[in-house]
Amino acid sequence: MTFSPQLEQRFAKMLTRYPEGRTRSAVIPMLIYAQDEVGAITRDVIEEVAKRCKVTPVQVDEVVGYYSMLHRKPQGKFHVQVCTNISCLLVGGEELYEHAKKKLGVGHKETTADGQFSLEEVECMGACSWAPAVEINYDFHHHVTPEKLDQLIDGLRKAH
Amino acid sequence: MAELVKLTIDGREIQAEKGALLIEVARQNGIEVPAFCYHEDYSLQAACRMCLVEIEKTPKLQVGCTTPAAEGMVVRTDSDIVRTARKGTLEFLLTNHPLDCPVCDKGGECELQDMVFRYGAGESRFVERKHHVDEKQWSPVVYFDAPRCILCYRCVRACNEGMGVGALGVGNRGAISEIIPNHDDHLECDECGACIDICPVGALTSGSYRYQTRPWEMEHVGTICTHCADGCKTTLGVRNHEIVRGNNRDRSGINDEFLCIKGRYAFDFTKHPERLQSPMLRTEKGYQPISWSKALAIVATKFSTVKLAGGRFGVIGSNHTTNEENFFLAKFARQGLETKNIDHHRTGDLAAFFDALSGKNNVLATTADLYQAKAVLVVGADLSQQHPFLAFQARANVRHHDGHIYAVTTGEVREDQQAVASVRVEKGGELAGVESLRDKLKAEGDLVIVFGDAVQGDVLRKLVAFGDSLGIPVKYVCLVDYSNSRGAFDMGVTPKDGGLSREQMLAAADLDVLWVVGANPLKNAQLASKNAFVVVQDLFMTETAKQADIVLPAASAYEKSGTVTNVCGEVQKLAQAIKVMGPKTDLEVMGLIAKEMGLDLGIWLPEKVFAEIRKSVHGYNMSQGQLAVGPAATMPLNGRVAALPGTIQSSGDTLFTSGSLTRYSGILNSVMEAPGQLYRGKGQ
Ligand code: SF4
Ligand code: SF4
Ligand code: SF4
Ligand code: FES
Repeated sequence: MTFSPQLEQRFAKMLTRYPEGRTRSAVIPMLIYAQDEVGAITRDVIEEVAKRCKVTPVQVDEVVGYYSMLHRKPQGKFHVQVCTNISCLLVGGEELYEHAKKKLGVGHKETTADGQFSLEEVECMGACSWAPAVEINYDFHHHVTPEKLDQLIDGLRKAH
Repeated sequence: MAELVKLTIDGREIQAEKGALLIEVARQNGIEVPAFCYHEDYSLQAACRMCLVEIEKTPKLQVGCTTPAAEGMVVRTDSDIVRTARKGTLEFLLTNHPLDCPVCDKGGECELQDMVFRYGAGESRFVERKHHVDEKQWSPVVYFDAPRCILCYRCVRACNEGMGVGALGVGNRGAISEIIPNHDDHLECDECGACIDICPVGALTSGSYRYQTRPWEMEHVGTICTHCADGCKTTLGVRNHEIVRGNNRDRSGINDEFLCIKGRYAFDFTKHPERLQSPMLRTEKGYQPISWSKALAIVATKFSTVKLAGGRFGVIGSNHTTNEENFFLAKFARQGLETKNIDHHRTGDLAAFFDALSGKNNVLATTADLYQAKAVLVVGADLSQQHPFLAFQARANVRHHDGHIYAVTTGEVREDQQAVASVRVEKGGELAGVESLRDKLKAEGDLVIVFGDAVQGDVLRKLVAFGDSLGIPVKYVCLVDYSNSRGAFDMGVTPKDGGLSREQMLAAADLDVLWVVGANPLKNAQLASKNAFVVVQDLFMTETAKQADIVLPAASAYEKSGTVTNVCGEVQKLAQAIKVMGPKTDLEVMGLIAKEMGLDLGIWLPEKVFAEIRKSVHGYNMSQGQLAVGPAATMPLNGRVAALPGTIQSSGDTLFTSGSLTRYSGILNSVMEAPGQLYRGKGQ
């Protein structure tokens, strides 16, 4: 399996960044970048990353299963992640998540029929000071209210 | 000697090595600290929390399996708080456990059942619905039932560290964590079943045994695996005169918990539908079953007539039959038939080996030596494929004693992963490869050299000379293929004193009788003599049996008693697991033929024959008592052994083949890795 020339370049550089014999350290970053390009962590991606980092496929599989930001199935174009962990929960995170479900018409780890949006209820994202927090793809949104979430989603819908 | 510390466990003053794990110190002093994940052979995990103990001045309970003993420690393993903690741990482990004990394979021999019985609470506070995942089949021999798993990681470690395969991992996290196989939905591995046996619960189950029986309905017969030459003990579970499983969970025998796919599963040939059930006589209408008495009379008459007429006999013995049978056969040939033409398929050059070692003491390595030696050098063999147990010993040596492995082979082998140095050579370049390691080997404390069939004759002598020149203690293992290859040689099933070798017998145009006992020499060869009367004793209609005039059905190693000698010269006893109706043991068949012929070759009971072996075979002077408690190692011959004519060649069996038995083991053929290939490195 090969990736785009840019990504190949990035991977080549990545592998030189760790001490001798520690290529396994590149497993997580490689998976994230590969997911961004391929759209999901497929079986091929697992085998490929294992080969490049000199670990067994099952070791990569373990990592994929462990980290919730690694997905085996393609997400919507915009992946909406709503935190319902303690800090967010105390200031309306759960209501926000319920609102998002209604607004998008999908549930946890589901994608809208047009493939534009997917939703995920996530654990702490480290944004407690600005709770409740929402992350859409790699962008953080702070102090989110249901109204603010509507604006965000409508804005993305219009723009695309 | 390590530094000693004094500590108190449950009020008893105990001395222990500083740094020894509390769980071990307690065990050595007869105090049980219950544990699931702790396993003394593998790395520490501390995953199950079953081993919690109370240590004075430490605010929280500590895990006994990773806490080292220290001076002045006061430990309690049975206080109220510890008992409460155990109850809590077990209650927690049972949160999602299905409690389907009545149908679970492990029921009756399950560590979780035992622990709950002994330490658990009678009831659970959890009323929530249990998390359920469907059972999965990962291979023909390995099934996984996730809800039963207690995530102790024993299987993962056994596969990684014990087998050197690394086929298992843990997927997901938290309450939905589960064991995953290396290829998404299936395994590609050694299919050894070690993960199944080491699983404390019924999460991993075996394709051949699952839902067959309850453990207490079986008889458990400890005997020796009949496949490769390593001589692993396998405990056969027998129900209704049928073998339903093989394992070594009681860790007895030279192989501790180890078994490969063959020892654990490949007993199914015993009930193969093509198994011969009665003597078969070749007639114009093909093979016809005849009675034993008729068959024995025909063979005896033919043997007597040919002997009287001064005709030519050829006798080929077996790599799988017992020492007693091989000894009796050799005696039958030499004394009864008065022929020197006796041989077997020789898979290693034992003649040159014993000759080269003649006069030296303490040079034959045992299987335990591979675990204990400072260094192991493997020459010209794919050890993990051809001698799975010896390879396991070497791996365990690295794990437990920082032993060193060296490999000089023609291709990639699994040993490379752990080897201090691996040298790739062309076939024939083995000696040069070994020579290139001289300086490294010289620096080792002691060494075991294990070599395959590429090292024979002069090369073998030179290898031993090389070993001598290192100036360190060196022991050797001359690899041979099958469960009693070594015994066949030791018992004299060889063409010494000018007899014909196996190849010479097959090529002799004037052979009058060819008698084959438990071998398949015509698999890839032609019999030159058109008029030879061919008698074959075997379990199946092999290529050789198909050319026989008369075929006598034989009992397998699992159906008889006697002794076998493994590749390291360790003599071990077989135990009869099942009785057979039609076939007879080769010893009985030979005895009956002798009787028909009016020969006096002695009583054909294994113990009687062994008594004769003790007296007349060098190195076998061991008592039945010695044999009853474990293996007894043979001694090297003292004095020269003449070179023998004939070809020496290993069959190159892999993990998934077993000579002529391969095709009669459904299990060996069912796994996707079969038939496998040598020198492919890790093997996946
Ligand atoms: S069968 Fe053996 S090789 Fe395969 S996963 Fe289990 S322990 Fe590993
Ligand atoms: S499958 Fe068995 S051995 Fe493996 S982690 Fe689960 S309980 Fe332990
Ligand atoms: S290593 Fe050899 S003796 Fe041991 S179980 Fe496997 S085939 Fe049998
Ligand atoms: S045995 Fe100590 S934590 Fe499992």
